Amino acid sequence: MSRYVIVGNGTAAIGCVEGIRFVDPLGKITVLSKENHPAYCRPLISYFLEDKTDPKKMLYRAETFYEDNGCEVLYNVSATALDPETKTLTLDSGDTLSYDKICVATGSSPFVPPMENLENVKNRFSFLTLDDAKALKKAVKPSSRVLIIGAGLIGLKCAEGLRAITKNITVCDLADHVLSSILDAKDAAFVQKHLEANDLKFTLHNSVAKFKGNTAIMQNGDEIPFDILVTAVGVRANWGLVKDAGGACGRAITVNEKMETSLEDVYAAGDCTESTDISDSLIKVMALMPNAYMQGYTAGINMAGGEKVFDNAIPMNSIGFFGLHMMTAGSRKGQMKTDIQKDSIKRFYKEDGKLIGFVLIGDVQNAGVYTNILRNQIPIKSLSEFNIKKSPSMATYDEEFRRKTLESVVK
Amino acid sequence: MKRVFVKEEWCLGCHLCEYNCAYANSGLSSMVKALQGKPIFPRIHVNGNDSVTFAVSCRHCTDPLCVKSCISGALHRENGVVCIDKNKCVGCLTCMLVCPYGALVQDETGTVTKCELCTKNSCGTPACVAGCPNNAIVFEERCEE
Ligand SMILES: Cc1cc2nc3c(=O)[nH]c(=O)nc-3n(C[C@H](O)[C@H](O)[C@H](O)COP(=O)(O)OP(=O)(O)OC[C@H]3O[C@@H](n4cnc5c(N)ncnc54)[C@H](O)[C@@H]3O)c2cc1C
Repeated sequence: MSRYVIVGNGTAAIGCVEGIRFVDPLGKITVLSKENHPAYCRPLISYFLEDKTDPKKMLYRAETFYEDNGCEVLYNVSATALDPETKTLTLDSGDTLSYDKICVATGSSPFVPPMENLENVKNRFSFLTLDDAKALKKAVKPSSRVLIIGAGLIGLKCAEGLRAITKNITVCDLADHVLSSILDAKDAAFVQKHLEANDLKFTLHNSVAKFKGNTAIMQNGDEIPFDILVTAVGVRANWGLVKDAGGACGRAITVNEKMETSLEDVYAAGDCTESTDISDSLIKVMALMPNAYMQGYTAGINMAGGEKVFDNAIPMNSIGFFGLHMMTAGSRKGQMKTDIQKDSIKRFYKEDGKLIGFVLIGDVQNAGVYTNILRNQIPIKSLSEFNIKKSPSMATYDEEFRRKTLESVVK
Repeated sequence: MKRVFVKEEWCLGCHLCEYNCAYANSGLSSMVKALQGKPIFPRIHVNGNDSVTFAVSCRHCTDPLCVKSCISGALHRENGVVCIDKNKCVGCLTCMLVCPYGALVQDETGTVTKCELCTKNSCGTPACVAGCPNNAIVFEERCEE
């Protein structure tokens, strides 16, 4: 009987369990969970702030998941070292575990750039875990003045959640526009207007030079007094286990299409890995939940002796703020086509007759048709229609694909 | 497992399937009360172009991308049927970003709604199929490739 160990207990880990069990109903699975919770939906922590969900509803799988899948979970346990020679893992308790196949699904940790006097700020929070969100929710009062450092996806989701509690929220970022990882400046301005209409205040192209008690002295000289500070600047892959064991890493753990690392019988999946973005062939950390699941599932199948590759990863985001939805996928390069309406923006990016990226703000209906065209690199010429003014649909595809989809069982 | 399939050459483009779907899932006994004067959110949609129309609803894929991509754990499979737990859905719309067929929609609650083959309403068998005047939509078992 095979012995599987999974380090981490997030989305990638659950994918891995499901992948293993798809092939091997019997092998022993041990899951190591640093957090003292069954796997939950990490992106929902902002919805938890605004009471749109609760820890029970946030569970990623049924309460009986681990039992149903014959998994042992060790809570409050961290793995500290991996030895691929002896195939053992050392835990922070000092115990060791041996494995036949191991999957490192350790996610990422907040990265906080140095800021003078930051360590003396009392009410300081990260926003990555359920425990972070619980602590933050407890600390914030309707009268609280909140300063959020970072106007990226996590910082803004945090701001949206906190808006249900307090109106006094300022977000700062070194970048000159919000959501700089997914939007260009023009589109970001459109989104920022909407955020400001919902009472968020911004100071961009600006960062904290130092803290004086509960006042942030900004680079431009402004002083921002606050009661609560949230740092949401960025994250770094938790790659230590693999890196320290001599495994290949770039900006995160290097994996191939089967999710194998360079170490024998060591797999990795999720936010701690980097892989190829097929829209521009560059190696990236695509820290997204769907990718984490798919990678974990792929790792699991291969660990259990099955065969699976995950070779069409693309960065993609579906995110909404105060009712305004936006979806982005692939890269913003190549030839751009734009349609701007009063309440919506659509942009397509093409190269060599193929769709390599899109940005949709406000009108996101059936966007999955575009994602599919992008992911499967379907030539635009082969489509029945591709009209930026119209929502995509099954009518976008060619007749053969459409008939096959509507007349037979699809995968 | 039985699924809904569409014969596009028989589709009249009458949109009755959309109304029957919205009515079946309204939980109301009166069709008028369920549909009159308000926006409806059917789980099947007539798509098409100048020369052809066809109804599109969830394909209940054997390896559904929406379930794998769901960030709230709301989408899941029950005996092969892709179902959504509206209680868990937060309306992030990631499923709409990944479904290649455009089978999911956001309804008036802000959460996502989709075809569950009428397994969760009082019909028990798809209302779109039962009400299609030209048998362009069928409910049957076809083999997986
Ligand atoms: C506020 C917020 C909003 C987000 N919104 C979205 C969104 O809308 N859409 C989207 O696609 N993605 C979103 N994400 C990203 C998404 O949450 C991640 O991509 C996903 O959770 C990655 O899963 P994972 O399993 O790789 O890592 P994680 O979920 O981070 O799980 C890793 C786990 O491993 C544990 N661990 C680490 N080291 C060890 C060790 N040595 N021993 C034992 N355990 C260890 C960690 O404590 C952690 O619990 C969001 C993230 C945040 C924080």
